[in-house]
Amino acid sequence: MSTAATAMLRVCTAAGCRSRGGEQLRRHCATAATEAATEAATEAMAAGAPPLRVKGVGCLGPCSDGPLLAVDAEDTTRLFGFAADQASGRARAERVAAGLQQRLRATGSAPAGAELGTWRPPGAHLIPADDPFLALQRRLVLERCGLIDPGELDDALAAGAYRQLRAVLEQDDPAAVIAAVQRSGLRGRGGAAYPTGLKWQAVAAMAGQRKLVVCNGDEGDPGAFMDRTVLEGDPHGVLEGMAIAALAVGADHGFVYVRAEYPLAIARVRRAIAQAQRRGWLGTAIGGSRHGFDVEVRVGAGAYVCGEETALIHSIEGRRGTPRPRPPYPAERGAFGLPTLINNVETFANIPVLLRLGCEVYGRGTKVFSLTGPVRRGGVLEVPLGTSLRTIVETMGGGSASGRPIKAVQTGGPSGGCVPASALDVPVDDASLRALGTLLGSGGLVVLDAGTDMVDLAAFFMAFSREESCGKCIPCRCGTVQLELLLRKLLARRGTAADLAELERLCAVVSSASLCGLGQSAPRPLLSTLRHFRPEYTALLNAEAGQPQAVQP
Amino acid sequence: MNVCSLRIDDRALTVAAGTSLLLAARRAGIVIPSLCHLDGLTPVGACRLCLVEVDTAGPLAACVTAAAEGMRVRTDTPLLRDIRRSLVEMLFSEGNHTCAVCIADGDCELQTMALRVGMDHNRLPGRFPSRTVDLSHPLFGLDHNRCILCTRCVRVCDEVEGAHVWDVGWRGERCRIIAGLDQPWGAVDSCSHCGKCVEVCPTGALFHKGSCGGDHPSHPERLAALLRGRRRQEGPP
Amino acid sequence: MNTEQRLRLATVWLSGCSGCHMAFLDLDAWLLELAAWAEVVYSPVASDRKVYPDDVDVALVEGAVANDDNLALLLQVRQRTRVLVSFGDCAIHTNVSGLRNPLGAAEAVLQRSYLQLADGSGQCPHAPGLLPALRTPVLPLHALVPVDVYLPGCPPDPARIRAVLEALRRGERPRP
Repeated sequence: MSTAATAMLRVCTAAGCRSRGGEQLRRHCATAATEAATEAATEAMAAGAPPLRVKGVGCLGPCSDGPLLAVDAEDTTRLFGFAADQASGRARAERVAAGLQQRLRATGSAPAGAELGTWRPPGAHLIPADDPFLALQRRLVLERCGLIDPGELDDALAAGAYRQLRAVLEQDDPAAVIAAVQRSGLRGRGGAAYPTGLKWQAVAAMAGQRKLVVCNGDEGDPGAFMDRTVLEGDPHGVLEGMAIAALAVGADHGFVYVRAEYPLAIARVRRAIAQAQRRGWLGTAIGGSRHGFDVEVRVGAGAYVCGEETALIHSIEGRRGTPRPRPPYPAERGAFGLPTLINNVETFANIPVLLRLGCEVYGRGTKVFSLTGPVRRGGVLEVPLGTSLRTIVETMGGGSASGRPIKAVQTGGPSGGCVPASALDVPVDDASLRALGTLLGSGGLVVLDAGTDMVDLAAFFMAFSREESCGKCIPCRCGTVQLELLLRKLLARRGTAADLAELERLCAVVSSASLCGLGQSAPRPLLSTLRHFRPEYTALLNAEAGQPQAVQP
Repeated sequence: MNVCSLRIDDRALTVAAGTSLLLAARRAGIVIPSLCHLDGLTPVGACRLCLVEVDTAGPLAACVTAAAEGMRVRTDTPLLRDIRRSLVEMLFSEGNHTCAVCIADGDCELQTMALRVGMDHNRLPGRFPSRTVDLSHPLFGLDHNRCILCTRCVRVCDEVEGAHVWDVGWRGERCRIIAGLDQPWGAVDSCSHCGKCVEVCPTGALFHKGSCGGDHPSHPERLAALLRGRRRQEGPP
Repeated sequence: MNTEQRLRLATVWLSGCSGCHMAFLDLDAWLLELAAWAEVVYSPVASDRKVYPDDVDVALVEGAVANDDNLALLLQVRQRTRVLVSFGDCAIHTNVSGLRNPLGAAEAVLQRSYLQLADGSGQCPHAPGLLPALRTPVLPLHALVPVDVYLPGCPPDPARIRAVLEALRRGERPRP
């Protein structure tokens, strides 16, 4: 898509690459480009060509290779990573910038970047465009992520942002929008997989002058960073989806709820909101229409349970973030008692895409995953729903990087479970994964190799749920404690067959008696590992442990 | 009036639509166990003791589930019995409940519940947490060892007295009732010394100073009487 | 029933206040009836025997396990007894005996009792081999050995003690 005239360096400055010096790299490269342009202009005694554009962008995909740098020149894009580069962020940035400056000097007064088509940043390795990690993706939600500067509305507008909102405003037919969403079969991407169109219809059907739209960006599963990626890479896509939803259901106010652990996402969403307001895409009379829609950011305070919609509503209201029984569902009675539409970040980001493509082309849609663990290539990827887990882990991720075979893939975080290596051919969709005793969840995929102790893994997740239990209902508040203690007892080889039976009994109590999804699903990692890796549990049992001499508190 | 007919255990009954299953069952003479529920306070569905099985659906909290036409509700099944006993065991294991030295011995809803669910011993190991006693208030005391976090005190102070002295602080197993901004109770000016929180406490966690075993002043039923009186005074709407 | 087939009954006193035993003694005249079909083979209140015997049919064990002596005796009782009754709230929940548990190590209790609250001449008891070492935490019986019957109460009502013993005599296992 790029031409020599629009040659450009795109440096990932999202959270992953930033932690590996991505922002430093961008800054040094930008300075080098400016200096080279100034030199060229001075030598030619004339106003030179504008400097090579060095753009900070959102996630480019294979985070494990980061910091990532894309070079657009001579109609091609080449993606470079620095996975093997041991240098510090600063040393690397200086080295790459020096190399860049040298190459640009050689170009002289020719259009900046004309010679970059063959340039290889020193110390970098090329990630070929036909690498399965890149080639097998279908980037719909992440279409603009990595291409645009998420801090520049013009960049987003040039790449098509707010076009669907404009179309929806011109058409001014909320029912048609809901019908389109329903026809698409889109299901919520936050984990519960509830049909989005149905939810929209329920909110639209509610009487009342005021309604709310809430975007759930409280992504808290360990190993999940899809929503962060979307918010950091293309915040306008999410805002556009929210605005379309607001029009469809008749809401005039919205909240983006982002966890405090995502400072960059928070900053970028805030900036995006301010920009969109200035240009009239948010606020009163959006896009010059009779509709108004304003959005505020609400920052979480570090509670996992606030990803649960009723706890999230309480948190938005400024109250303690604890869930409440449903019904009433938020559609009926949500934040501040108003009918409230709550969707996940990725769900909203899907809306402009499916409206643009139409149901036929959109198909079943896609799912964004974050792939972590001992795979050769990890990061954020977007694939068609129904792609097999094996394709994602072995083909795209390149299989195990540790030398040990892959043992299982953990999906759905503390609410999900494990898919054993033998079942990796399962297509990733909610129903198929539920049949295996786990969840599609929000999209975190944690690969586990043969070195993983599955009982220890279950104990880790139980400790997580114990720490994150809000404490409102007894089975979760106390049951997660008891379950973790039992798991630790097994791991210390002090457990008996009776303890294992008690473990399973308590799991049943906690999952059937807890108030909200956190408690109800807290036993799932345990039950899932028991289902697929039971011998690891029985191997820990100690027949002697029943003897009182061995009992130590 | 909108009514609906349903079946609770073996009894068929008709109640006003929207009636909670807990109240509907009570009309039918079936007392579903509960600890956090109290007539007159907003139900929160937190203690989970009132779980019932509705048709084929998983257990639902009767205090927050509205009766609906044609519902079939079972309030006492082997599953529910095991859940209820387990829940009471959890309450005993997470606190320090020593009935022998408790002011509420013999007049304690937790103790009564343990009898009701047949808890002859606790299958779960006791946690024996280190908890404090707040005696800073001139009239009342709060013994966190005995607190089961039912939040009746929180709700009665907020909803009925309008003072909102109480709330819940921290989370998970570290949850505890806090006064004001986690201050000593006696230092919270908004407390009107009304004593409603003490009256609704199901255990001996909140108590009158100077009282001892046998004169535990728990009177949860007085709340309903008070609210009836207020309604009468306000007259018909 | 003739004396040949009398039930071999033991009562055991671990860390408790002996109130459960007092409740047992409150059965008064019924104890004579009991004596007709049960032989008390070990008991702090009805036997001089110092060593727990073999082949006991039923043991009522009062009190929690708070020290090494308690544990050693409990293990003997479990080995040599067919039906072990966890007798009273201390045995079942640790109750008053377990009030020190939230304080952590037993040392804190000793310090408080013998030094902080003493009149100035206090000293912590220390006689290894003579005084049994305190255990932390104080535990109920079923946390250490299998228990057959639970007889709660602080103390258990005498009528219920009687009902449990009569049921055991008939070969039944009383349930709550």
